[in-house]
Amino acid sequence: MRGLEHRGLERAEGPIIIARRRETAGYGELVAVYGRDGARRMGKVVDSSDSAIAVQLFTTNTGLSLDETRIELLGGPLELRVGPDLLGRVFDGLGRPSDGYPEILSSDKRDVNGSPINPSARVYPRDFIQTGVSAIDGMNTLIRGQKLPIFSGNGLPHNRLAAQIVRQAKILSSGAREGADESFAIVFAGMGIKYDVARFFVDSFERSGVLSRVVMFQSLADSPTIERLVTPRCALTAAEYLAYDMGMHVLVVLTDMTNYCEALREVSASRGEVPSRKGYPGYLYSDLASLYERAGRIEGSAGSITQIPILSMPNDDISNPIPDLTGYITEGQIVLDRELFQRGAYPSIAVLPSLSRLMKDGIGEGMTRDDHKEVSSQLFAAYARTKSVRNLAAIIGEEELAPLDKKYLRFGERFESEFVSQGEDDDRSIGRTLDLGWRLLAVLPTEELVRASRAMIEKYLPKEDGDAGAERRPD
Amino acid sequence: MSARPSPPEVIRGRITRVSGPVVLAEGLGGAGLFDVAEVGEARLAGEIIRVDGGGATIQVYEENTGMRPGESVLSLGKPLSLSLGPGLIGTIYDGIQRPLERLKESSGSFIRAGVRGERLPLDRMWAFAPALGPGDEIGPGTLVGRVRETELVEHRVIAPPGTVPCKVSRSVPAGEYTLRDTVLETEAGESLTLAQEWPARRARPSRKRLPPNEPLMTGLRVIDLLFPLSKGGCAAIPGGFGTGKTMAQHAIAKFCDADIIVYVGCGERGNEMTDVLTEFPKLVDPRTGRSIMERTILIANTSNMPVAAREVSIYTGITLAEYYRDMGYDVAVMADSTSRWAEALRELSGRLEEMPAEEGFPAYLPTRLAEFYERGGRVETLGGRSGSISIIGAVSPPGGDFSEPVTQHTKRFIRCFWALDRDLANARHYPAISWIDSYSEYAEELREWWDRKDPAWKDLRAQALDLMKREQRLEQIVRLIGPDALPDEQRLILVTAEMVKNGFLQQSSFDDVDKYCVPEKQILILHTIMEFHRRAEEAIKAGVPLTEIVAMPARERLSRLKSEVANDRIEEIRAAEREMAAAFDGLARVYSREEAT
Ligand SMILES: Nc1ncnc2c1ncn2[C@@H]1O[C@H](COP(=O)(O)OP(=O)(O)O)[C@@H](O)[C@H]1O
Ligand SMILES: [Mg+2]
Repeated sequence: MRGLEHRGLERAEGPIIIARRRETAGYGELVAVYGRDGARRMGKVVDSSDSAIAVQLFTTNTGLSLDETRIELLGGPLELRVGPDLLGRVFDGLGRPSDGYPEILSSDKRDVNGSPINPSARVYPRDFIQTGVSAIDGMNTLIRGQKLPIFSGNGLPHNRLAAQIVRQAKILSSGAREGADESFAIVFAGMGIKYDVARFFVDSFERSGVLSRVVMFQSLADSPTIERLVTPRCALTAAEYLAYDMGMHVLVVLTDMTNYCEALREVSASRGEVPSRKGYPGYLYSDLASLYERAGRIEGSAGSITQIPILSMPNDDISNPIPDLTGYITEGQIVLDRELFQRGAYPSIAVLPSLSRLMKDGIGEGMTRDDHKEVSSQLFAAYARTKSVRNLAAIIGEEELAPLDKKYLRFGERFESEFVSQGEDDDRSIGRTLDLGWRLLAVLPTEELVRASRAMIEKYLPKEDGDAGAERRPD
Repeated sequence: MSARPSPPEVIRGRITRVSGPVVLAEGLGGAGLFDVAEVGEARLAGEIIRVDGGGATIQVYEENTGMRPGESVLSLGKPLSLSLGPGLIGTIYDGIQRPLERLKESSGSFIRAGVRGERLPLDRMWAFAPALGPGDEIGPGTLVGRVRETELVEHRVIAPPGTVPCKVSRSVPAGEYTLRDTVLETEAGESLTLAQEWPARRARPSRKRLPPNEPLMTGLRVIDLLFPLSKGGCAAIPGGFGTGKTMAQHAIAKFCDADIIVYVGCGERGNEMTDVLTEFPKLVDPRTGRSIMERTILIANTSNMPVAAREVSIYTGITLAEYYRDMGYDVAVMADSTSRWAEALRELSGRLEEMPAEEGFPAYLPTRLAEFYERGGRVETLGGRSGSISIIGAVSPPGGDFSEPVTQHTKRFIRCFWALDRDLANARHYPAISWIDSYSEYAEELREWWDRKDPAWKDLRAQALDLMKREQRLEQIVRLIGPDALPDEQRLILVTAEMVKNGFLQQSSFDDVDKYCVPEKQILILHTIMEFHRRAEEAIKAGVPLTEIVAMPARERLSRLKSEVANDRIEEIRAAEREMAAAFDGLARVYSREEAT
């Protein structure tokens, strides 16, 4: 702490305050700002010149007057104290304990902004995580060290799905590295979420008995919006410590990234920056990347950071800058579908626009099963065909469809109701998921299955008609 | 390295303002635009991007948190330059040519500001075979000698473009030398080593442009047969996230028939670079039998690395490419993604408070794009060799909407457009290159080459494109009235188009047999499918119902040839064709009998 002070402000615009320079401030330096009320507000220097400094507050500027405000320069960037005692603790959005216990006992402090991982020091993620959810494991596989967001919308079951993944996630023994430390941790960052959402996750962690392995950072809906810009950085700093110093496998849930982006937009607007799409700053992509790229594995460490960011798409619009730029950075996305949800399906994953980019190296013989690539590719193709047949049926009527197209409709219905839908406590093994996929493909004529090799068809496709013993057929 | 008349002048200034990666300084009156600077006490790398009066604006290439007004700035009096010489191949650099492997050794898994590493291994011994002796003529581009850089690449040491034409006064005998050793001196007083420097932002000169009339074979059918790229051509590959830009670039980098690959990861994912780093060394070049890493240079300035260095990374990549082009090589540059580069320009422009044009991009965006793509091309080098740079630029349009500025401006400067289609990608039809929205203007220039190689190419290409266009029109009708209302001849078009999609256009990079397809196999597959179409048309005319044709087992086989027949066994495709012909003959016999009775 340098303890140097400025007194008096030139200007205050939203979260940005400008003061005449007295002492030289470093770019990005942490500051404490005191108003008449004596309350301490944190902020950082975003512009520093010979004549003035601009500070971006992490909280509101209410209670700050131009004359009576004092700014104290703290001499470095915002840091988080890290140590094994992080586990089981709850912090506020700025990384201060909020569970009533004192600061953790450690003198190890880390810059919350982190540093970019050297690409040549990364280890390419390959270990399959079985989530027990067929639409994910079978079609959009999660890999340890991946960043795989959930694109959702208001009211859709993203929290339940995230909780189910956290609860059920496991590494199959064949996929695990020998001698690796299998200890795990969960880091949760809540940005602008409601109290009940935070509560829901806590309850869920508690029920599965992992609460003592969870670190929570919460900036709830009633906290200042600007605080949210810091919250995920604190969470990822904790995650990096647990993963790379302690060698743990860390699952990070970040929710809701939309609230984060809105806070960024607010700050950018009050700095008068030229906006790009929908008012978001042009650097939204780079800013998001500085968070998402903190997932992965690095050489020389047994640990990993797997990120599951959750974001609600404004108006369910996937081309909105928040999901769009996220999708450009993350290694795929799990997209939830309102129409499926309204039909009462859970987890209502829209399989086609969902994607896992790391799936390719984590599946197949020795990792999941030899037929995984082919059965998933065939299911994708068949389901895509179903979608276009449905469009046709909507125009010419189902009765007019060719017999083959009717089979595709049948396949699609069963795919959605049996494969994509499952219970919140239904923990399906990968074998079960893949077998189910083949059973559904048996609805179609074998010559339609051109994405699968003849050897795999021979080995896995059930001989009897996939519709044998099939139940309801909606008319 | 050519001798400099006088050492560059170092000027010391003082920082007056820090606002992210853009820094203002005073006392730099004599500094030149685009001179490199060492900024602050940490001596971070920077470049002077604006000078007025005694003040200068500097962009800083490294993370500069903590930098303060009052710290010093040194302008080094020379432009941002790259080190060129043996040792580039197989190396991964960041946007300003910092060697990432060496940084890792010195400072660990995370990149810290201010750390440096040797760009080229200065102490490594290289076996050098001189090509010139005392009294020989030397000038720009003259071959000085050879170094075996990797098993695949003979590094031709070329006199730099600025070399004064004269005679060689002294040269060394064949032997082992390091990059520090002088290997040649000229009568004009210049001395050369195995390495040289060149400013990243300046195009290396060549003698003249040559027509791009030889294909860059990629091994991807939809490209080589339908939308081909020339050696020295420029292509854009635009598409929303997840449509397959990176996979296509990786596939081309692996299998195309260029001599050298420069892969620039510009503002994209760290793991994608790691993927290249781990996979390429294991992959064997189908033509040479050597690891493809032995012909590849990587530039990685990922999305989370400093944005100013991202802006330079594109120039770094293309300058390295020009250096190998000047040796007479065909170089292919992958830039993934040019949109992130454009965004870096936008971000820096915003910090300079320049007047924005469309969507916040600076008004000079099109000029910069043009300058970049202009550096591609097939040329006669200063030394009289023929070399080429093909550029393949990924474009990442916001929301996948091609009407945005970067896609639109890029289209003006490239001649080959591989439009990626969201619906194809969602159906996992990869490469998701739309056969409707894509085009290649090189097809015309490549006609002659193909006529020599396989005259069937141009007709097959025309037939396939025509078929797919007809299918698209029919699909629109089908969407209104259903397929049953169409006569068999028209439904056949839908059937064959489906076979073209599944059996020819679709080509998975994860299919061990099909990830790379030799030209002969490409032609044979397409030929066989089109032959099916011809025979089926005849059969329908002769009264054979389409259902019978569709049910032929020999037909189903055609969609699987790509994965069932390896590149070295393509005679099996001819066998499949004969089988199909026999099946058609059989059908014809049955129906001519029926007609007779
Ligand atoms: N040629 C291909 N073969 C097989 N899969 C592909 C191919 N191209 C793309 N994919 C699939 O699509 C995903 C996204 O591709 P990628 O090239 O990373 O997209 P983009 O760079 O456009 O965001 C990949 O992870 C892979 O699963
Ligand atoms: Mg990509």
